[in-house]
Amino acid sequence: MTRPTAIAVSGLTKNFGTTRALDGLDLTVRSGEVHGFLGPNGAGKTTTIRILLGLLRADGGRTRLLDGHPWHDATELHRRVAYVPGDVTLWPGLSGGEVIDLLGRLRGGIDPARKEELLEKFALDPRKKARSYSKGNRQKVGLIAALASEAELLVLDEPTSGLDPLMEETFRECVRRQQREGRTVLLSSHVLSEVEALCDRVTIVREGSTIESGSLSELRHLTRVSVSAELARVPTGLDELPGVHDLELDGTELRCEVDTPALDGLLRRLTEAGVRGLTSQPPSLEELFLRHYDHGPLDTSHRGAAR
Amino acid sequence: MNALHGTRDLVRLILRVDRVRLPAWMAGVTLFLLGSVASFPAAYDTAAERQARAALMDNPATVILTGPGYGREDYTYGAMVANEMGGMTAALVALMSVLLVVRHTRHEEERGRAELVRAAVVGRHAPLAAALLTVFAADVVLGLVLGLGLPVVLPELSVGGSLLFAAGLSAVGVVFAALAGVTAQLMEHGRAASGLAAALLAAAYALRGAGDLGDGTLSWLSPIGWAQRTRSYVDGRWWPLSLALVLTALLVVTAFLLRSRRDEGAGLVRGRPGRATAAPWLSGPFALALRLRRGPLTGWTVGFVLFGAFVGAIAEQAAEFAADNELAQRMLAQNGQAGSAETVLATYLGLMALVSTGFALQSVAALRAEETTGRLDPLLGGSPLSRGGWMLSNLAVTLVGSGTVLGSGGLSAGLVHATNSGEPWEAARLTLAALAHLPAVWVLAGLAAALFGVLPAAGGLGWLVLAGSVFVGMFGPLLRLPDWVADLSPFTHTPMLPTGDPHPVSLLALTAVAALLTTVGVLAFRRRDTA
Ligand SMILES: Nc1ncnc2c1ncn2[C@@H]1O[C@H](COP(=O)(O)OP(=O)(O)O)[C@@H](O)[C@H]1O
Ligand SMILES: [Mg+2]
Repeated sequence: MTRPTAIAVSGLTKNFGTTRALDGLDLTVRSGEVHGFLGPNGAGKTTTIRILLGLLRADGGRTRLLDGHPWHDATELHRRVAYVPGDVTLWPGLSGGEVIDLLGRLRGGIDPARKEELLEKFALDPRKKARSYSKGNRQKVGLIAALASEAELLVLDEPTSGLDPLMEETFRECVRRQQREGRTVLLSSHVLSEVEALCDRVTIVREGSTIESGSLSELRHLTRVSVSAELARVPTGLDELPGVHDLELDGTELRCEVDTPALDGLLRRLTEAGVRGLTSQPPSLEELFLRHYDHGPLDTSHRGAAR
Repeated sequence: MNALHGTRDLVRLILRVDRVRLPAWMAGVTLFLLGSVASFPAAYDTAAERQARAALMDNPATVILTGPGYGREDYTYGAMVANEMGGMTAALVALMSVLLVVRHTRHEEERGRAELVRAAVVGRHAPLAAALLTVFAADVVLGLVLGLGLPVVLPELSVGGSLLFAAGLSAVGVVFAALAGVTAQLMEHGRAASGLAAALLAAAYALRGAGDLGDGTLSWLSPIGWAQRTRSYVDGRWWPLSLALVLTALLVVTAFLLRSRRDEGAGLVRGRPGRATAAPWLSGPFALALRLRRGPLTGWTVGFVLFGAFVGAIAEQAAEFAADNELAQRMLAQNGQAGSAETVLATYLGLMALVSTGFALQSVAALRAEETTGRLDPLLGGSPLSRGGWMLSNLAVTLVGSGTVLGSGGLSAGLVHATNSGEPWEAARLTLAALAHLPAVWVLAGLAAALFGVLPAAGGLGWLVLAGSVFVGMFGPLLRLPDWVADLSPFTHTPMLPTGDPHPVSLLALTAVAALLTTVGVLAFRRRDTA
């Protein structure tokens, strides 16, 4: 692990009046990785990102972006950083194509071939005036401008909000390609599955501080899967299996929650009883928080931080 | 299902949503008309003074701006109200009607809210019907308020004449409400729909202006012309208003027919597509600022060219009038010899400078809008553009732009005056005279920039200071305000050219203050969080 770090944040604090938005947040992003920045709404993701981009001043803590200081070296650093906000707003009188070119030129030029390719991939009509774009189309304009840039670090704040599922897939492809080209991506999200699909490592935040950080496999223990199955025979011995929770058995119909590492053991038992039908669902982020952190010390020690 | 089903509920919804906006519009129009009319006796106390005023109304520029001038031979207060206030007030009522109708039809549809409403068992035609009914009713109520209010503020006005005059205003409002109902079907965007209706309003105003200058035929093609042709207060007649009723009926039917022929959200005129790529010059913060200000800058410049032409055209006649009017003398006295055209021009150029500050403040306010809408974030956060670079580029456009606006007003006044007086150098002289006020405009722009940096939430204070400066400039001489109050306005310190002395020292001092305020603004913005 000697790769340089693209982002190093420790003990970051930020208050808005009496609201404590960040309360000692830590975040480390290594160069070349796609890093998931995960947390429920109001956790402080946007605030952290806006501090990293020099739009807000930190109240305390240490922040490094690439090899500079996010506030003092902002203009120098921004040659190497591209940013897509969670809610892209555009100048109503400019067309999407004009905005993409303009943002590209501010960074010193844009690769026209790459822009064309992205326009096609995202099926965006660049001639439309921004005032007639839907939320999803505005988001596409921001994404294309960022993805067509030569930036070495991409900061994406919940970038897929408003995109339809097809476009989300296109977006994922593009992010993977960026990674193959050696770029670093910080991707904030409140949707666990999106982060799982793309990210090498994940930082989970809540109420302004970091509660977990690591590779996805390290965080596997956090995830619990809902399983429901219809069986041929009534199964036995399920309640003594480790990692199986909230078991409901109604004749041959079964419903339970299972820790990811224990999934294998459960499925073995089920096949013994003959599986007629099976559905499993990954947990949503909200469920994850409910299960793992709600009774933890965090809940009582942080007041008034998040909505 | 009945296509009008739910209209009544929608009317209630509009009244609820616009419970402040609607009364505010009506109060604004009422204040404008009744306030102006109430001040007539102060300025034109005697029949002789009114008759002198009537002579001024003969000028072509004035005829275009006001009306046909019925009753100019015996210029009573009534003839004065109808001639000088009728056109402007009618245009104001029409503008109110246009904006309100488009707001509740096309704007609503554009935002997708109309679809929600229609899903909730509302007939296809109900939103249009509700908007038209509400605005028609607002026009009628406003007409009653004005018609009954006029004799109250100026008892010389007859009740019958006032009601006829106000009915003309209502009729113009109703016609343009119906017209907006049509443009809202044509255009895909609310802005385009109200823009088209407003352009037709301007055309209607110009048409009657041209008609009133000539033999009056063209005026009969304009709804505003119909209202003026009621000859209110002179020898009033109601029948021209029946033309407005017929046109309204035609427009309403057209609007509903068009509505049944188009899909929800679609317009009959497709929006012009924009450019697929940015023009080569659109690169960098200054070009972006210029591109974003281009529309307002063009609008203000055109407005000032017209304003200037008007000032240049009336200068000589206004000077003759002022020589006989005590109030006018008092207003002009500080700027030189009352009764000379130059004094009148100096006074008007000062007024122009005050008005042009509106452009400057509007431009600086756009900085805050860029910030709060979030458009600033990708610029400052995702490109090498610095805060100072962004702000200074925008302020440069503001400072140069306000010079363009003010200078074009001066040039236009100068060209017309040069033609009238046969002295070609007047054009250059008046342009420079207008530009001499620019440092004061810059001071207010600098103040707004400083507020943007230091106290962004208090950006409105700049407008307050402008309002104070207007007050001091317009009423200071009348109210005999103490000097120190007058000195608070930067416009007190600019020379009233072409008659006064050019005070180079105060111009330099004002420029320095503007530079200082701007610097404070930029430094503060570089240190603060962005919203
Ligand atoms: N400008 C602001 N003023 C006041 N409170 C804010 C501001 N921005 C964010 N907050 C608060 O800070 C907290 C974190 O917000 P944010 O960073 O937007 O969360 P996230 O992006 O994770 O949803 C929330 O409680 C939010 O209400
Ligand atoms: Mg956010």
